[in-house]
This record gives sequence, C-alpha cells and structure tokens, in this order.
Amino acid sequence: MKIVDLDVTSLRELNQMLHEQQDDVTTENWRIKNPQGRHAIAVGIDAPLNVEIDGNAGYYCAGMNKGANITINGSTGVGVAENMMSGRVHVKGNASQSAGATGCGGLLVIDGNASARCGISNRGTNIVVKGVVGHMSAFMAQAGTLVVLGDAGEALGDSIYEAKLFVRGAVKSLGADCIEKPLRDTHKEQLGALLKASGLGGEIDISEFKRYGSARQLYNFKIDNLGAYG
Amino acid sequence: MCGIIGLFLKSSDLEPKLGSLMTGMLGTMCERGPDSAGFAVYGRGDNGQVKLTLRADSAAFDFDKLGSDLSAAIGAPVSITRHDTHAVVAVPADLEIEARAAIAGQCDDVRIVSVGKRMEIYKEVGRPDAVADRFKLSDMTGSHGVAHTRMATESAVTTNGAHPFSTGRDQCLVHNGSLSNHNSLRRAMSGSGITFETDNDSEVAAGYLTWRMQQGDSLGEALTKSLNDLDGFYTFVVGTENGFGVLRDPIACKPAIMAETEKYVAFGSEYRALAGLPDIENAKVWEPEPGTVYFWER
Repeated sequence: MKIVDLDVTSLRELNQMLHEQQDDVTTENWRIKNPQGRHAIAVGIDAPLNVEIDGNAGYYCAGMNKGANITINGSTGVGVAENMMSGRVHVKGNASQSAGATGCGGLLVIDGNASARCGISNRGTNIVVKGVVGHMSAFMAQAGTLVVLGDAGEALGDSIYEAKLFVRGAVKSLGADCIEKPLRDTHKEQLGALLKASGLGGEIDISEFKRYGSARQLYNFKIDNLGAYG
Repeated sequence: MCGIIGLFLKSSDLEPKLGSLMTGMLGTMCERGPDSAGFAVYGRGDNGQVKLTLRADSAAFDFDKLGSDLSAAIGAPVSITRHDTHAVVAVPADLEIEARAAIAGQCDDVRIVSVGKRMEIYKEVGRPDAVADRFKLSDMTGSHGVAHTRMATESAVTTNGAHPFSTGRDQCLVHNGSLSNHNSLRRAMSGSGITFETDNDSEVAAGYLTWRMQQGDSLGEALTKSLNDLDGFYTFVVGTENGFGVLRDPIACKPAIMAETEKYVAFGSEYRALAGLPDIENAKVWEPEPGTVYFWER
C-alpha cells in the first residue's frame, strides 16, 4: 500500500504517480491522506488500482476514471467521477452538483445525498444514490442508469434520451419529455443487480421503485415544427 | 467566478480569533478571485458612537489632519484608527450626517466605504491574501464577518467595484454571480433614498435589501422577497449588525457550502475554505438548498 499525504506531496505529483501505473501496475493499492477539499484528486487514472481518499475532496474528484476502484471516505465537491469510462467510484458522504456527469461507463455509488444535476448528460454510467438527488438530475441523459433510494428534486430527467431512471421516493416534478414508465421484470432484475453491486442486500424492496424515462416526443426532429426554426 | 467566505460566531469565545480564522478562509479562495478582495468585520461597537470606514487613494494620505479638521467641523472629538489605505473614524452617532458632509466636503481623495455601529469594511485591488495582510485582518476581532475575492465580469477591476457592498448602516453584501435586471432595479429605487456609488450589479442587490429593510422587513423577509425581484444568478452572503444570511438563486449555478457547529456557522464557495476551521471534522456540513433563505441572529 502506497500512502500519499497531500499536505506533503503535491497534487500534480500524486496524479502523475497514478498515471505512471497505466502501462505497468507496480502499486495496486493507494491511500490518500489530507485531501482538505483539494480539487482534481485522483483524476485520469487508466489502470486497475484501488484508491482510498481519507477525507473530503473538492471538485472533479476521480474524474475520467478508467478501471480504478476509488473510494472517498468523506464528501466530494462538484463533478465527482465525471466522465467515467469504467471502474467504480464510491462516495461515503455526500456529493455536490453534477456528480457522475457525462460518464460513459462504470459504477458511481453515493452513500449520502447528491445535489443538483446528478448524472447530467449521462452516456452510460450506472449511478446509485442512497440519499436524495437535487434538481435537474439526469438532465439530457442519453444512456446509463440513475437509481435514487430517496427523493428527487425538480425537473427530473429533463430532455432525457435513453437513460433509465429509478426513484424509490417522491419526485418533486418531471422535466420536459420525462414520463413514468412501467417497472417490468427485466428492469427489476437490472435494478436488483445494481443495488447488489452497490452493497445493498435484500433489505430493499425493489417494487417500491418507479421507473422514469423518455416519452421520445422531444428528441427527434418533427417536420411539424419546421416553422419554429424559420 | 469569485469566492465568498463568511463566519458567524454563535458565542463569544472564538471572537478574539475571528480575523485569523477569516484570513485562513480567504487565503484558500485566491484562485477563485485574484482581481480584488474585501471584507467586512463586525467588531465591538460603542453606544452613542458610529464608525465611518474611510478609504484613501494612497496609504500616504494624512488621516490625522482629516481627523482634526473633522473634529473642528463637527465640534466634537473623533477617534481615528488607521489600517493602511483605510481608517476607521468614530464620531458621536447624533453627528453622523454632519460628519459625512464634512468628510465629503474636505477632499476628493477619500471615500466613505461603510457606516455602522459595529461594521468596518476594507477593500482593495490585488491578490486576496495580500489584501488581508495589508489590513492585518488576522488581528481583527468580532462576532461575524464576510469576505469576497473577485473575478470581475460586470464592471471594472477597481477598488470601488470590490465587495462587500454596503448601502445601509451595518449592512453589507457579497455576491457571486451576475444580475441581469440591475439597471431597472437601480432606477426603480432611485427615489427611495438609496444611493449607489458604482455601476456594479452586486451593489444593487445590497441596495435592494437595505431598501426592503427600510420598509420594515427583517433580513429573512428581505431575502425572501429578493427571490422574486432579482433576476440573474447569485449566491449572496449578507451581514447585519447582529445577523448573517445566505441565499442562492433557484437554479443554484454558483457554489456554496456551509458548516455549523455549536460555536459557529461558516460559509465557503468551496469546502477548501472550511477545511481549516476548528472542529470541522465534527461539524454539520451541507450544501444550502437553492431558493432557500438561511439566516442566523444573536
């Protein structure tokens, strides 16, 4: 286990050391001390590493992750795990805005709450939030999944494409072109697998969730609307 | 961008450390606003006295002469405490109008930055940590304070454009964001006795709250009404003689994080600003909800 203290080692040195693992993994396990809300901790990893961050991180923590398993023993600022390609990011506290933005793959688990725009423009990441999510979550989400065990704020799934949304609590309002859809067996299976991967066992009753998705009325060009573009 | 910090102490035991805690918080926000910085500190206030914080164009300004001239003009003793380009002038509260007129009439090289029983405001162009150092913020004491680091968008990088803005006695506001209806609001308030020193949008927000409180609103009520009347994006932190308030617009584009313990309530644009506070490990840390008014009084 390599221990890096950010009060001693610069952030740039840390990220450089993590990037050097890309072609040849010499140190699999990393522990990062004293994050103190610094931005861009453990970004751009492209290797199957285990990274633990002990404390609260700032913006864009674990961004652009490819293959690493990153755990934050604290809360994170804006854009945690943004643009993830693969791997797993686990936030044990709360996450600020735009958690899991624009990701293409991987799993993001947030034990606490996520604020506004969680999973904005998601392109394939599976996101599980055990608390609540703020307004405009899954805005323009194209693919992937957002699972919320608590409530969702205003305008959930506004202008959504083909992402799947599962919310157990109350949804304050649905955004444009986002509708409730039936929760079929195939969705229950998918949901069960995601909850299991997030460390949740059988204590969650999957039938309590509602599924939301695109009404598909907005994202294709309609010839009837041509006049609006004149 | 811009950075904001605020610290409101719930009890008196941290009061001697207010300035040093604020200095640490402000230093972390330099990257969010390297153009200018300013801060308001609510220190001790004497009954019957009002403090005018003055700013001169140069640190060489002869504040002692201004003090003796002012004393002669209003026919009462004044005390002057100097901090680099600024000085705090305490005058009898019932002579405030005369004192302001005398200062305004004396020379063009000095401006009144703030007026209050307890509040003092300091602001300058430059890196925030250097600004804090110039004014020895770390030595200041008090019950609460707010500070701002500015990355200018809506008006020029000048000391007048630096935050906090004050448009009423013991009232100040710092702002991250930009307002789009500030010109029409400025016109609408022009007959109400609120005066504006700059073209800055944030000053209009400060004036709006002062105007509402002149109509009898509490700080909380004034902030609630601003949700309907101010158009744009904003995170505000405001101070009054005994109060401290926070408001974000309903879209909440601008960042905000808060921490609360038994001893204090703290605000930062980022968690970094809070990371050095005492007992932060055990504080309740949360992101203020959009369109929700928060305020504390003691």
